[in-house]
Amino acid sequence: MNSHQQANRFTQRELQVIMSGGTRLENANPLIFQRSGDRLLTATDEDEDAADPIDDREIFDLIRSINDPEHPLSLKELNVVEQMRVNVNDEESTVSVEFTPTIPHCSMATLIGLSLKVKLLRSLPDRFKIDVHITPGTHASEDAVNKQLADKERVAAALENSQLLEVVNQCLSTRTM
Amino acid sequence: MAADNSVLLGLVEEFVSGQVDSKAAETSTGVKNGQFTILQLVEALGVSLSSSQPQTRGRGVQLLSQVLQECYSSLSEREVEVLLAFYENRLKDHYVIIPHVLQGLKALTKCSVLPPGSAVSVLKSIFQDIHVQSLMLAERSCVYNILISLMESKEEELKGLGADFIFGFVQSVDGERDPRNLLLAFQVARNIIQRGYDLGKFVEELFEVMSCYFPIDFSPPPSDPRGITQEELVLSLRAVLTGTSQFAEFLLPLIIEKLDSDIQSAKVDSLQTLAACGLTYSHKELAEFLPGLWSSIRREVSQTASERVESAGLSALSALVSCLSRSVLNSDSEDVLQVFLSLVLKDCQHHLCEPDLKLVWPSAKLLQAAAGASYRASLIVSAAIIPALLEQYNNRTQCAHRRTLLEVLQGFVQPTALSRPADGEDSVLVAFQQSLCGVVFSALTESSAGLQVTATRVLSALGQQPGLMAQTDVEKAVDHLSRLILEEDDPKLSSAVVECSGSLAHLHPKAFISRLIPRLKEEILSGQSDAAVRQRCVTALASVSSLPSVVQESAPVLLQVLASAHTGSCGFSVEEVAAVCISLQKIAEHARDSEEIGRFFHDIIIPHLLGLCLQAALQTRDAGHSSPLTDKAVLSAVVPVMSTACAALRSESASRMAAQAVSLFLDGDVSFLPENAFPSKIQLLQSQAESGGLSQLVCLLMACVCSLPRSVEIPEIDRLLLQLEDLSCTCTHLFSFTSAAKCFAGLVNKRPAGEALDAVLERVMKRISVELENTSSAQRTQAFTLLLWVSKALLLRYHPLSTALTDQLFALLSDPALGSQAADGFGVLMSDCLDVLNRGCHADVRIMYRQRFFAENSTKLVQGFNSAEQEKKSCYLKALSHIVSNLPRQVQLTELPALLPLLLEALSCADQAVQLSTLSCLQPVLLEPPEALRNQLEALFSRLLALTTSPAMKVRIASLQCVHALSRLPEHTVLPFRARVLKALAVPLDDKKRLVRKEAVAARAEWFLLGSPGGR
Repeated sequence: MNSHQQANRFTQRELQVIMSGGTRLENANPLIFQRSGDRLLTATDEDEDAADPIDDREIFDLIRSINDPEHPLSLKELNVVEQMRVNVNDEESTVSVEFTPTIPHCSMATLIGLSLKVKLLRSLPDRFKIDVHITPGTHASEDAVNKQLADKERVAAALENSQLLEVVNQCLSTRTM
Repeated sequence: MAADNSVLLGLVEEFVSGQVDSKAAETSTGVKNGQFTILQLVEALGVSLSSSQPQTRGRGVQLLSQVLQECYSSLSEREVEVLLAFYENRLKDHYVIIPHVLQGLKALTKCSVLPPGSAVSVLKSIFQDIHVQSLMLAERSCVYNILISLMESKEEELKGLGADFIFGFVQSVDGERDPRNLLLAFQVARNIIQRGYDLGKFVEELFEVMSCYFPIDFSPPPSDPRGITQEELVLSLRAVLTGTSQFAEFLLPLIIEKLDSDIQSAKVDSLQTLAACGLTYSHKELAEFLPGLWSSIRREVSQTASERVESAGLSALSALVSCLSRSVLNSDSEDVLQVFLSLVLKDCQHHLCEPDLKLVWPSAKLLQAAAGASYRASLIVSAAIIPALLEQYNNRTQCAHRRTLLEVLQGFVQPTALSRPADGEDSVLVAFQQSLCGVVFSALTESSAGLQVTATRVLSALGQQPGLMAQTDVEKAVDHLSRLILEEDDPKLSSAVVECSGSLAHLHPKAFISRLIPRLKEEILSGQSDAAVRQRCVTALASVSSLPSVVQESAPVLLQVLASAHTGSCGFSVEEVAAVCISLQKIAEHARDSEEIGRFFHDIIIPHLLGLCLQAALQTRDAGHSSPLTDKAVLSAVVPVMSTACAALRSESASRMAAQAVSLFLDGDVSFLPENAFPSKIQLLQSQAESGGLSQLVCLLMACVCSLPRSVEIPEIDRLLLQLEDLSCTCTHLFSFTSAAKCFAGLVNKRPAGEALDAVLERVMKRISVELENTSSAQRTQAFTLLLWVSKALLLRYHPLSTALTDQLFALLSDPALGSQAADGFGVLMSDCLDVLNRGCHADVRIMYRQRFFAENSTKLVQGFNSAEQEKKSCYLKALSHIVSNLPRQVQLTELPALLPLLLEALSCADQAVQLSTLSCLQPVLLEPPEALRNQLEALFSRLLALTTSPAMKVRIASLQCVHALSRLPEHTVLPFRARVLKALAVPLDDKKRLVRKEAVAARAEWFLLGSPGGR
């Protein structure tokens, strides 16, 4: 089986999940967490000459407002992402993000990972190597999902599927309320 | 007569056989001015009306109908009767004639002299002979209009028709599809329902024929000339469906069904319709459906992601509960409200015990909506919820849990307009008063700022309601607040504490005077606390001071702070002193509502402030000791204190204020100042005084005299104006001559028109011209400043001389030395000035002076730009961007097409200030771009994208915001730029400044979504 077929299989399964997940919530009353406030503006931020390196908080701010595919809540409110699970090294141009699905059998895990990955790809300079994976020990099929997310070709193929892209884009839209 | 007859026959002939449509108008003019009668017309038409050719008959009827449409009001009852009989008969005729027949009937039914019985017979004929839905659009509309006219004039007769009328209407409207006709049909149905027509056995039929449109889904075609909106249709259908409780048994199941829909607007419409039912229905209609309605509402509110659905659901629940609250209790039946609320409580209450799960908020909001619907409902809900919440609060130990519980509690503490206790009734919370205060006080001592913030909000809510806080509770609360002000440095908490103190002090001033103010005073003046603590104390003092009794205690404390800053005993910085002044100004704002506070400022605060500033200035001159009160930042902060207070003075104190200030500044009369230890004969308005900084005190003169009401006469105004003119032209100290010019302008603006004013203006204009023309003069900047402020003063009041002055400013744009200042001057001219020449200072400001100025001068500016040398062009662009960015949005939008080339030019101008102000004026326009912009997108994109790498951070940010705004333009116009924008925005993603990256990320994300599935 070549990699393109694999990528296709990945999207097919994702789609099944999306189609079946639409009607009934897997977890109707999840735990929610306080929304953290906006980053406070400092004098250095306003100083023309000082350079601000990209730091963990900045990456966290990029991803915390992503919408959960199931709930009208952000990933931060569901504690799917936390600042302590974000690691960035500006000089070496690497970013690593761990995310924690709300339940170990969450079928949305791949989709959440994909949304995180796409958000970072769109928001960070080209030079960064972006690694998105599940917090170790928090999901039943952790390895499979991590492998899918790490495979560039599979991610690219997934985004060529317009239905999948639609769901990802919805997760990434700023909420209109 | 015979001649007339032949004329008429000619007209008829030409219309009917000659097919000349214009003859109808000529005929009706003839009938209107009495040349022929309707009878003659009918006679003349005789042959055509009885022709065997349907087309000819049609033409005949058409002519008659068109004439009737013009002349129906002049018909006699007899004529109407005959004509109606004719038309009714024609309804049975060939189908090509029917449209004209209906037009004629429509005209006739508008007559005021309809014979008795005619309405019934017309309607019967229509219902019998016509199948409405097989007619064309315009004819169907005729039928509805006939119904509407007859319902207006012959209501009694129609009601006599009984259910036949309803049946006829139902049959005619069944299947209608056009929105214009639907609006008419809904109007007929609404009339039927609201005016008490007997629906007989056709209730269900009428409901069916109307409810088939519910929920309305209508998107008007683009550029729809009729302008019918979905909103209009929704509201008129809703009025029909909810107009009578007879529909309840059909409507309520329909609503429950439609709530299951996947379309959000259908859900919202259903919920809003349900809320509207609450107003007309009684318990009887609702009873059977309550469980179903409740479970639908609950499902929608707890699952939705949309605030519109949520708020519609909550209002629907609230409407149901208030409807049930209105029902009269029967001795033999159970309390329906109680029954329904226990259902709500059963489903929601247990979620409140899980403060970290998602459903806690939807459940709380549902319960709050139910409780807010009536006093009785709030009694029932509170009795169940408050003890449970209090118990939960005490059992939980995590701050996050406690905070959620307290936030939920807050929603129950604040009564709504509907649930407010009537006079003589107690607050529903009286029973829990003790434990509520206990919980709030314990929360105030927690370590979590979020929890404390919530606690202050609950405290304010409790304090607002009589009987919920005993005197000792108030005192305890004040002590907690004082402690928080002194100890807590979290900015959110501090501002919440200050806000809470403000609202409580308004109701319980005594506790604040006796406990909070002395404690804060001690802390500020102790000289031991750090600046942040002092700043919080000062802010708190300002916020509690809304009543005269409190102001009399708090304002002197702030004065004392200023005094000790002057003597240098506590080491206050300039920023701190300015902050104290800002607090004093906040207190002064209350003078507007309370004359007592105004008098206090006039008698005590202003003389003391003037005295302190004068002392400071004299000391600096004599001893070289520099007091913070001579700093121009501090003086600029003192100005608004005085001008706010003076603007609120009533006539007598205002005149005294003017006299005192003028005699102090003109003659050195210090008698009204406290601690009179000043040398006599101080000369404050001499430019020699500048060495010691005395001249800058002129800003205080401005504060006192320029903000008084216009009716107050300023004594010795001519001498004062002359001195101010001298000072502003000769002084070399920037702050002093600018203040003098502003003061001069403030007085000129209010001076009544007349010879005296003309003389002053002539003199000053001459002086300004002389100075400006002498290019080697050292005082050109001074002259320019005076020119600018006098122009503003006159421009605001539409004085005829203002054009001459502003023309001088335009001319200065090409001046090598003053060009740039002149350009910035247009910013001063167009924006609101904070300390003088604004409406708060009672200045003479005409409405829309900006638009007028722009309309009169935009061409001058464009011409000036085109003819200016290359290096001078930037001044014109800067002036333009100042003017345009101060115009109201609506004017910007209409003027933009003409100015767009110039603004685009300004974007590529090298001056960063010009770039920035142009961007800031473009950005709001881009959110709703005018047509003209569409043709300039190419130029706009290339300039904006180039600016995203500008060396200035603010320019980069502003240009990215503009690029972001452009993503909201209609997709087809901007989609061609997508690839280019995405590529260009990849660069600022790696900008060294975080604020720039943030804007780049936001803009790029939107551009990615553009044209992508699920995006936009």
